[in-house]
Amino acid sequence: MNWVALRMLTGDKAKYIGIVFGVSFAALLMAQQSAIFCGLMRNTTSQIQDLEGADIWVMDKSVQFVDDIKPMSENRLLRVRGVEGVAWAVKLYKSVGRAKLADGTFQQVILLGLDYDNKDSQGRVVGQPRPERIIAGNWDDLEQPDAVFLDEFGWRYLFGDTPYEPGRSLEINNKRANIVGMVKCKPTFQTFPILYTKYSQAIQYNPPEPKTLSFILVKAQDGVPHEQVCDNIAKQTGMKAQTNDQFFWTTIQYYMERTGIPINFGITVFLGFVVGCAIAGQTFYLFTLENLKQFGSLKAMGVSNSRIIGMVMLQALVVGLIGYGLGVGGAAGFGLFFETFVKSTPPAFYFGWQILVISAVAVAVIITLSAAMSLKKVLFLEAGVVFR
Amino acid sequence: MSSVQEVATRPIRNPKSEIRNEKSVSLKNVTKAFGVGDAKTFALRDVTLDLPYGELVLLVGQSGCGKTTLISIVAGLLDPTAGEVEVLGQNLTKMGGSRKVRFRGDNIGFIFQQYNLIPSLNAVENACVPLLIAGWNRKKALEKAGHLLEKVGLGNRMKSYANQLSGGQQQRVAIARALVHEPKLLVCDEPTAALDAASGRTVMGLIREVAVQPDRAVIVVTHDSRVYDFGDRIVSMNDGGIEKIETDRAQFQH
Repeated sequence: MNWVALRMLTGDKAKYIGIVFGVSFAALLMAQQSAIFCGLMRNTTSQIQDLEGADIWVMDKSVQFVDDIKPMSENRLLRVRGVEGVAWAVKLYKSVGRAKLADGTFQQVILLGLDYDNKDSQGRVVGQPRPERIIAGNWDDLEQPDAVFLDEFGWRYLFGDTPYEPGRSLEINNKRANIVGMVKCKPTFQTFPILYTKYSQAIQYNPPEPKTLSFILVKAQDGVPHEQVCDNIAKQTGMKAQTNDQFFWTTIQYYMERTGIPINFGITVFLGFVVGCAIAGQTFYLFTLENLKQFGSLKAMGVSNSRIIGMVMLQALVVGLIGYGLGVGGAAGFGLFFETFVKSTPPAFYFGWQILVISAVAVAVIITLSAAMSLKKVLFLEAGVVFR
Repeated sequence: MSSVQEVATRPIRNPKSEIRNEKSVSLKNVTKAFGVGDAKTFALRDVTLDLPYGELVLLVGQSGCGKTTLISIVAGLLDPTAGEVEVLGQNLTKMGGSRKVRFRGDNIGFIFQQYNLIPSLNAVENACVPLLIAGWNRKKALEKAGHLLEKVGLGNRMKSYANQLSGGQQQRVAIARALVHEPKLLVCDEPTAALDAASGRTVMGLIREVAVQPDRAVIVVTHDSRVYDFGDRIVSMNDGGIEKIETDRAQFQH
C-alpha cells in the first residue's frame, strides 16, 4: 500500500510540487536566516576565535564582551602569573584606532598588540596567526619599526580591489603604520579592519594612558581544569577570568541581549515556519480532501486506520524529506555562492549541524501538523461515505 | 472469451440450479437509527432478510428508503442499532472493528456509483488494489488484475488512467477491482446510475457474467428499472422496511 500512497501523492503533480515547494521554502528560509544569524553572532567573537594559543581570557571585572575594553595596569599580569594553576600569562592590547588613508579619508581600525616580551612555553608569540593564515608577507617583519599586519577584508575596505602590495602605509592617530603583510581573519561584526602589531608598538598608536593592558591571555597548567584556574584567578586577583568558550558565549549573549538581531531574525525564522506550515499544510490538506473518496473506498475495501495513518505519514515523510533537502540545500548553496562570489563583504553565514537539526525538527513539525490535519479528516471518515 | 456486447445481450442463465442452500446474508430484526431524541430518525426498521449464495439480488426502492444503509450494514461499514447481522456465516454484530476491516478486505467486493478509482493509478493498477491490501506481491497482483481486466473487456486499456476511460469503462475497471480478490460477497451501489442505458446494461451483464458464482452472493442497489431483468431476486424497500421480495422474473418489470 506504500506504493499506492506514493502514486497518490505524485499523481497530482501540481499539488505535489506545491507541498514540496511549501516545505522547501520554509526549510530554506529557516536554515538561511538561522545561518546568517549564527554567522553574525559568531562574527562578534572573531578575535576570541582568532587569537589562539591561550585557554583563558582575563579582564577587568566590569568587561561585558570582547569589544568592551576596560584598560588595566600592567602589574596585573604579575598577579595573574602568581595564581595557582597558571602555566603562563601574556599581555594583549586591543583598541579601536582611527586610520587615515592616503586620500585623506578616515577609517576606524581594530588594533591588536601581541606580547613580544612574554611568550608561551615553546617561545612562541601568543595570538600569532598560524602560518596558513598568513596570506602575504613574513611575520618576522613585524619586528621592523611601525610594522603592522592587516587582515584581508581590511585591505579591501581600505584599498578597494587593489591587489596586496608591500609598502603601503597608514596613519593611525598621526603615527605611521607600515603594512608588511596580510593575514586571514574571521570576519568581524563591525567590519573594522584588523591590524596586528607588537604590544609595545600598538600602545604608541593611541594617546598615552596610565593603563594600557586590555586582556591577559592565560594558559592553564596541564591537568588543571580551565574553570578551576578561572575561579582561582577571580578569587585571588578580583579580575574576571573566562575560558575561551565562556568568553565566546558571554560576548554572544551580550549582543543577543543588547541588539534587536535575535528578535528580527527570530521573526523571519518564525515567519518561514508559519509560511511553510500554511503552504504545506493547506496544500496537503486539500490534497487529502480531494482524495477523501479514494481513502474512503480504501477503508471500505479493508484498509485499516493504522494503515491509512501509515500511508498519509509516508506521503508527508516523502514531501518532508524532499522539501527539507531542497531547502537546506538551497540555503547551503546561498552561503557557498555568497562566500565564493561576493568578495566585497565578509560572510556572515555559519551553517552548523545544529541548524540542520533545528531545520529538520521544524520541517518534521510542519509535515506532522499537515499530516495530522489531513489524518483527522481521513480517520473520522466513515467508510460508509463511499455509498453517499 | 465473450465480448462485452455479447454479455449484455445474452439471455440470463438459470442460476437457481447452482444456488447453495446456506444463507450468504442473514438479517434478523435489524434496526438502524440516526440521531438522538427528537432528531432520531429510523433508516431501517426491524428488517429481517435472508439472501442465498449464487444469486444476483437487486435492492430497489425510493430514495431514502434505507437501501444504502442496508448494504452498509451488510458490508460491515455501519453497525446496526439493534438486531443481528450474519454475513458469510460470521456474526458482524459481535465482530470487533479491526476484525471487521479484515473481514471486509478478505470477503467483500465493492462497486461504487462514482467508480471511486484512484486517478493517479492506471486501470490495471486500480484493479489490483484489493490484492495489495491483502498483502500480495505487486507483480503478481498486477498480473492477476490484468487477467481480470481482459475478462471485462479492457485488455487493451490496461495502462489507461481513469480520465482516459469512459464511464462504462471505468465501471468495468471497478468490477475487475471488486472481483480480483475473489470475494464471497459483492456489494454494488447504483452501478449503472452514472451510465447511459446501453452502458448500464453492459455493466449489469458483466456483473451477471463474471460475478455471479455458486459460492458468491451479489447485492446490487439500483433505481434503474431497465436492469431489473438481470436480477434473480428483487428486494423492494420502503420507509426502512422490506416491502416485498420477488423471485419470479416475469414479475420484475412490473
